[in-house]
Amino acid sequence: MAKKTYLQALNEALAQEMEKDQSVFILGEDVGQFGGCFGVTQGLFDRFGEGRVMDTPITESVIVGAAAGAAASGLRPVAELMFVDFIGVALDQLFNQAAKMRYMFGGKAKVPMVLRMPQGAGIGAAAQHSQSLEAWFMHIPGLKVAIPSTPYDAKGMLISAIRDDNPVVFLEHKLLYGVEGDVPEESYAIELGKADIKREGTDVTVVATSRMVHSALEAAEILAKDGISLEVVDPRCLLPLDTGTILDSVRKTHALVIAHEAVGFAGPGAEIAAQVAEKAFDYLDAPITRVAAPFCPVPFSPPLEQAFIPGAGDIVKAVRALR
Amino acid sequence: MSHSKEIMVKMYTTMNRIRMFESMLQEYFAAGKIPGFVHLYLGEEAVAVGACSCLTDRDSITSTHRGHGHLIAKGGDLKLMMAEIFGKSTGYCKGKGGSMHIADFDLGILGANGIVGGGGPLATGAALAAKYKKTDDVTICFFGDGASNQGTTQESLNMASAWKLPVVFVNENNGYGISCPQCKSMAVTDIADRAAAYDMPGVVVDGNDVLAVHEAVGEAVKRARRGEGPTLVECKTYRWRGHFEGDACTYRCTEELNEWMAKDPIPRFEEKLVESGLATAEELEGVKAAVKKELDAALEFAQSSPLPELSALLDDVYA
Repeated sequence: MAKKTYLQALNEALAQEMEKDQSVFILGEDVGQFGGCFGVTQGLFDRFGEGRVMDTPITESVIVGAAAGAAASGLRPVAELMFVDFIGVALDQLFNQAAKMRYMFGGKAKVPMVLRMPQGAGIGAAAQHSQSLEAWFMHIPGLKVAIPSTPYDAKGMLISAIRDDNPVVFLEHKLLYGVEGDVPEESYAIELGKADIKREGTDVTVVATSRMVHSALEAAEILAKDGISLEVVDPRCLLPLDTGTILDSVRKTHALVIAHEAVGFAGPGAEIAAQVAEKAFDYLDAPITRVAAPFCPVPFSPPLEQAFIPGAGDIVKAVRALR
Repeated sequence: MSHSKEIMVKMYTTMNRIRMFESMLQEYFAAGKIPGFVHLYLGEEAVAVGACSCLTDRDSITSTHRGHGHLIAKGGDLKLMMAEIFGKSTGYCKGKGGSMHIADFDLGILGANGIVGGGGPLATGAALAAKYKKTDDVTICFFGDGASNQGTTQESLNMASAWKLPVVFVNENNGYGISCPQCKSMAVTDIADRAAAYDMPGVVVDGNDVLAVHEAVGEAVKRARRGEGPTLVECKTYRWRGHFEGDACTYRCTEELNEWMAKDPIPRFEEKLVESGLATAEELEGVKAAVKKELDAALEFAQSSPLPELSALLDDVYA
């Protein structure tokens, strides 16, 4: 199997689905000749033409809303926002329009659109270009929320997202774009809503998302030397959330640490913790712990930004504190 | 009056369907029979009918919170609409949507909308889909004077024009965004003036003259079908009722209302039809009687239909 970056995997998923299905097209800011803000759509403009890879004005509301309108009219748009932070100006079109059409119209509408958005800190982009906002989207019935951590998952999940008949929010971490991994040439789909155990273990479950999956795997290596065995569970999708896999793991290890880059307070970990507390409380030998960003906007200056981003060291500390 | 009798009488019939539908809602809402709240279209019938009479079933519309008129004009089924507004399981949306969220995708009704300015981007997307599929289908985006101040509307006008999308923006200027008069919410007198900013035609018409609306929107639809892009048609009109049923309307005076009621679009059209010899007064009375019967049947259907089963609560969140 060929090694590819997370970015190449996404690009390949887009190309393969566009090749296969004429109704798939891309729209967003600078996604054409420019190849997208981070380069995810590179080469697709030359290959598929401006009719299918559309540079929009800087108009996030219409990017999201036109995707919803086109999806409701039978197409499968893949919209890109340059940064997840920009969803603020377009949120109505996502959560009041795209997400609710099916339910409020009595099950008649289908809104098969994907909204790809890079998120996360680590490139010195400061408060308005670095957030992790997955918890916002998890709160909206009607959306699906995909947050892949590896190149393999990125490709298979994007293919699934494009084929899905619901609006899918697809969250990519900027610092993962260059991460390499095994990615098959051929097209394959990974079911949305299926967690993946990234490392099996027996002592503590770490439920980690996006870039924190890599931090959790790093922490597992460190702790293994001390004879502590971590099981790293990557939900891959936060909506629907594969609580079954998480609960099974906790029932086995009796301890849970949740790791994400979003702010901890009312973050995605709060829901995961609540699910486990409600359904597997008796299996827990220690309080549930969250490793997450502190409650402040993402700072600019490199040392402050680094202090903001949780990492493997924080997970190691959290696991040790359990014992 | 170059249109056939058939088209003209159909327009007259549809205006009466809207008028009687809304009057019935007014009565039953006051009697406490309708849950939630309703925004009535009384007085604005000429806009929806004049505009939608330029479309086919393949064309689409996006509507607003004051959407009943648009849906009826686009061919919406009165029984299913009435049942939906009564919250019944037999309604268009199985009782999940209510007055502000009725859609019929088979008729190209992409939904009423509870968000002021919510429809612009969706209409732009529907028009984009038509162009992408290389059809000559057109989308009409209905929006009010209030919505014309929303960024979503302006952004939609911009992108639709830049991309020459087959969409017609039909502005219903009824003078008030809830209680706020136009003079307080915008500096322009004619919303159509804003079209110039996007290099598209902007047309002002008497929104209480169904034929004037039909002519203006008809031109715009033709232009859109030819691939020449969008048009902004501003229809000056007035809502007879408050923003919602129960609105005391303290922000406007009776004289103003009376002035507009004197410009009632239905008798105006009636006169034209009779004067031009396209229909007799008796024929038009017959139309009204038939519409009345149709509405009685819709009401009977809505009232006798069951409320949704509670087991349906979680249905249709996802496809």
